[in-house]
Amino acid sequence: MLEAIILTVITAATPLLLAAIGELVVERSGVLNLGVEGMMVMGAVAGFALTNTTGSTLLGIAGGLVAGALVSLVFAFVTQTLVANQVASGLALTLFGLGLSGLLGESFVGTPGIKLPSLDIPGLSDLPFVGPILFGQDILVYVSFALVAFVSWMLFRTRAGLIIRAVGDNHGSAHALGYPVILVRYLTILFGGACAGLGGAYLSVAYTPLWVENMTSGRGWIALALVVFASWIPYRVAIGAYLFGLVSILQLHAQPLGLGVPSQFLSMLPYLVTILVLVIISLNRRTTRLNSPACLGRPFVPDR
Amino acid sequence: MDQAARSVTHEGKAAPLLATQGLTKRFGALTACDHITWDISHGEVHALLGENGAGKSTLVKMLYGALAPDEGGILWEGRPVAIGSPAEARRLGIGMVFQHFSLFEALSVAENIALALPPRGRRELAETIRKVSREYGLPLDPDAGIADLSVGERQRVEIVRCLLQEPRLIIMDEPTSVLTPQESEILFVTLRRLASEGVAILYITHRLSEVLALAGRATILRRGKLVATADPRVESAKSLARMMIGADVAGIERPGRPEAHLRPRLVLGKLSQPPDGAFSTALADIDLTVSAGEVVGIAGVAGNGQGEFFDALSGEKLLPRADMIVIDGVAVGRQGVNDRRRLGAAFVPEERIGHGAVPALRLSENVVLTRHATDGDIARGLVVHRAAARAIEERVGERFDVRRSGADPRASALSGGNLQKFMVGREIDRNPGILVVNQPTWGVDAGAARTIRQALVDLARSGSAVLMISQDLDEIFEVADRVAVLSGGRLSPLYPAETMTSDQIGLLMGGVHHDHDGAAPVPAQPAEPRHELRHAP
Amino acid sequence: MAVLSPLIAVALTVATTFVIFALYGVDPFRGLYIYFVAPLTEGWSREELVVKATPLILIAAGLAVAYLSNNWNIGAEGQFTIGAIAGSAIPILAPDFQTFATLPLMLIMGALGGALYATIPALLKTRFGTNEILTSLMLVYVSLLFLDWIVRGPWRDPMAFGFPNTVSFSDAALIPFIGTGRLNASAIVALVVVLALAAVLARTLKGFEIRVLGESPRAGAFAGFSAKRMTVFAFAVSGALAGLAGIMEVASVIGKLQPVISPGYGFTAIIVAFLGRLNPIGILIAGFVIALSYLGGEAIQSGLQVSSRMAQVLQGLLLFFVLACDTLILYRVRLARPATPTGAPARA
Repeated sequence: MLEAIILTVITAATPLLLAAIGELVVERSGVLNLGVEGMMVMGAVAGFALTNTTGSTLLGIAGGLVAGALVSLVFAFVTQTLVANQVASGLALTLFGLGLSGLLGESFVGTPGIKLPSLDIPGLSDLPFVGPILFGQDILVYVSFALVAFVSWMLFRTRAGLIIRAVGDNHGSAHALGYPVILVRYLTILFGGACAGLGGAYLSVAYTPLWVENMTSGRGWIALALVVFASWIPYRVAIGAYLFGLVSILQLHAQPLGLGVPSQFLSMLPYLVTILVLVIISLNRRTTRLNSPACLGRPFVPDR
Repeated sequence: MDQAARSVTHEGKAAPLLATQGLTKRFGALTACDHITWDISHGEVHALLGENGAGKSTLVKMLYGALAPDEGGILWEGRPVAIGSPAEARRLGIGMVFQHFSLFEALSVAENIALALPPRGRRELAETIRKVSREYGLPLDPDAGIADLSVGERQRVEIVRCLLQEPRLIIMDEPTSVLTPQESEILFVTLRRLASEGVAILYITHRLSEVLALAGRATILRRGKLVATADPRVESAKSLARMMIGADVAGIERPGRPEAHLRPRLVLGKLSQPPDGAFSTALADIDLTVSAGEVVGIAGVAGNGQGEFFDALSGEKLLPRADMIVIDGVAVGRQGVNDRRRLGAAFVPEERIGHGAVPALRLSENVVLTRHATDGDIARGLVVHRAAARAIEERVGERFDVRRSGADPRASALSGGNLQKFMVGREIDRNPGILVVNQPTWGVDAGAARTIRQALVDLARSGSAVLMISQDLDEIFEVADRVAVLSGGRLSPLYPAETMTSDQIGLLMGGVHHDHDGAAPVPAQPAEPRHELRHAP
Repeated sequence: MAVLSPLIAVALTVATTFVIFALYGVDPFRGLYIYFVAPLTEGWSREELVVKATPLILIAAGLAVAYLSNNWNIGAEGQFTIGAIAGSAIPILAPDFQTFATLPLMLIMGALGGALYATIPALLKTRFGTNEILTSLMLVYVSLLFLDWIVRGPWRDPMAFGFPNTVSFSDAALIPFIGTGRLNASAIVALVVVLALAAVLARTLKGFEIRVLGESPRAGAFAGFSAKRMTVFAFAVSGALAGLAGIMEVASVIGKLQPVISPGYGFTAIIVAFLGRLNPIGILIAGFVIALSYLGGEAIQSGLQVSSRMAQVLQGLLLFFVLACDTLILYRVRLARPATPTGAPARA
């Protein structure tokens, strides 16, 4: 029973983790991309479509990654090259992504999907209890953890990460020192888009292998909240994602547990908890102020 | 040209390190730099003088690669070069210390410095920072967070960052504008040492006393043109000022200060306020009385609570007790800005754009901004009367010589000096009983500064109480009747202005410097005698 | 000048539609006609246009007030929903209360419900500093789930034979129809509200306060305006208008409560607000443009077998174009290009 719960928590948390870790990098460079929901759902539809037409889940996942990145490119162009308002542009990206994915996915509604297989490490996966949990996951789960480790190392131990953080802190100074602020932001936005696309692809290829319109159901927004919750620190994103995974699958397991709460209220839990978490985090102003990138959301126009 | 010819001109003298020929830069219709031909040699300390708007910053940005010239060329050691980016400037050996620092608050000292240098190992860099900073008398702790450093310490980071690149030419843009007199002395020692090592120093300033003390040559810009090159050793402050402004400096007219026993209009009693967040300054036990007819000047270097003090006075931040501020006999500490305005108080904040005025709005709308609560004509009931606001805008524009193109322009279309004149005029037009102004003439050309300072004195002499917070000691001495110093959120006692010297003020500014090797704090160094700037009466 | 960017954006969207039709193998001119022109030619279709535009315009006008003051209310869809539920309480719980006061009371309850629901994210922002975009958005999902529950549960019509909806409203609880189609008096209410808002924003001190706080919060504080009070005000107003739109939609063209009462009006209204450049009169026009895109989407579905979801894609694209054109025009094509070195001619 516990094993089943843990397994479902992992699958619920992974798409959140993938999308959030990508957005963390974007925000560290000073850009607020509210279009995560749109990028995720594009990744979901692309992942499903490609998996179904080629028969390969790996190609599907790759397709999701590419779809997310391509869509984020539009956002990057509008906000960095054209310097449009980031909040409105992010909303536009979400609405556009939701609409486009609905359009592209129309012919796939009702089609059964192919599930991303779990890794089967001979010997290790067969260990009781620990086996399936630690060694029997599909590849994206391991990728999500690898990404957290990679981002953490990259941001704080490499020069590239230092430049990203500098750009997010004071893009004027970074520009004065000769760093290509706009190029850096294009790259982080693409990275964020790719991660969101991966997260979306996970939903339609690993979580529940099917396509339903708007199947992300607000996970993109929760991912944005997770970045704030984590105070822009990578390993905390993982903690947050798993906490949310726990909350969101409660509705699945509440019935066998005999709780008399209507299913709609249980479904409300992730959203209500998100609000609660955001409030708690905003109470701790000092940590937020120290870690939140000072230029977050502010437009950058270099003078020449 | 061959090797020998490159370093020697036909007159047999060494070629200058850096020279410009006909350097020009335009921004639309404005010619910021007009065919500037100029040079600087190894080991020379060269001052670049000019009032605000003369073109100093623009010229220097071209030398540093941050702007591209429209015409003209730059020669480095006799060879023409195109400096397309700050990185290229650094490669040539040009280093820059910015006036408004280009530091990253969220990062450490070492990380800030690393960003300006080619990549190298962390430990090696930390060691180098400790060594070099100590060597030049500006000790730094590589692991300290920039956010925790004082303004003077942050400048050290800028300078050390510059030094580590082993520059041949260092450009400094108004470096002492954020330093106490004592900290400025430390800086001068460092600069003289660098010059003796052969480093050329281009020193931008509008402070004539520093030019006389420090520079071997001075170049004066006026309205984008190079008008003179002078030898400070034979010039005087007055002659330099005349070259800068183009006419004899007219001082302001200051009729005698009224005697004591005049009615106190603004009384602060033990004014205290806890800090608002981790990076603000607490105010503690400030006692102050400003009487009708006088100008009180509050001196102090940036970062000592001026902004917090202004917000407490204006009512943007309420005080713990009502009686901490008394305006014409009424305790208003717990009341907001419009209540204080209704009692006859007026306020001019430091920041023009985004605080004192809204850039996207027209001047008439900016009149409504501060006067809707006190002027019945402008806002009667719920409706805004635009015509009345426009009439005020015109009147203020006339009286205070606000230069604008077209009627009722947006605030963003005005130059800094004109917007400042508007903001001060907007309040004085109300005939306030009390005027509080923070940094009345920063970033403003000499003509506008004169207009504003004269208006402050005239207002005071007509019976109002004027409180002026300023980081410019020259301005304080020119305008104020009595002076106090704000340091670390505390106010010194008031002294009559004529009994004070800038050294005494400097000492009042305090300035305990932390020795970053972990030893106990070191008290400020006593200052050497300095030139004093006085305008002709 | 201000009109230019929305016009260009619309033109670009039309051009894109042209291209998409061509890619689909449909005659693009015929496609454009069916999409943009045909809906305007028939009487019933023109009435549909007004019916669809009404909630969009009403919600967007409220959002304009919020966005102008830098309060990002993204939860209009949720306030719409809660307003619909609150207003519907009267005909559902007291179906015999059928007087001339019934409808006005319902409208007031709807506006109040939307306003109160909107003050939740507002208070979270003023008291705790919590980001209002995320909180108002989360509440949308909560409200939709709540509607689902209440319609399938406590308020379900026992005689509905398996359909999840409430009892139909009596005539006293329905908004009177005008004309032959679905055109109804809610359009008049919306028009009145928009004109009133236009006057307030342009002429009054409150309108001045809204704009100043949105542009420069510090200058607003200097003027004696309270940003926190404005947040609550802005959310309350936009929530009230969204809630009003919600109850009016339910009490006119739907006639009862059911699990789905909105095709995403609350989100589309965001596009309308920007297309109308946050100006009530502009929003009036923009609402019709977007309503036309909804009708056009349905028309090409039945006429050309092209998915009606195309409408949503084009709406999203339209918003992108509006934002892009806005910047290009306002900043006069200051495209961010990397620094280019300039050569200097050597002089002897």
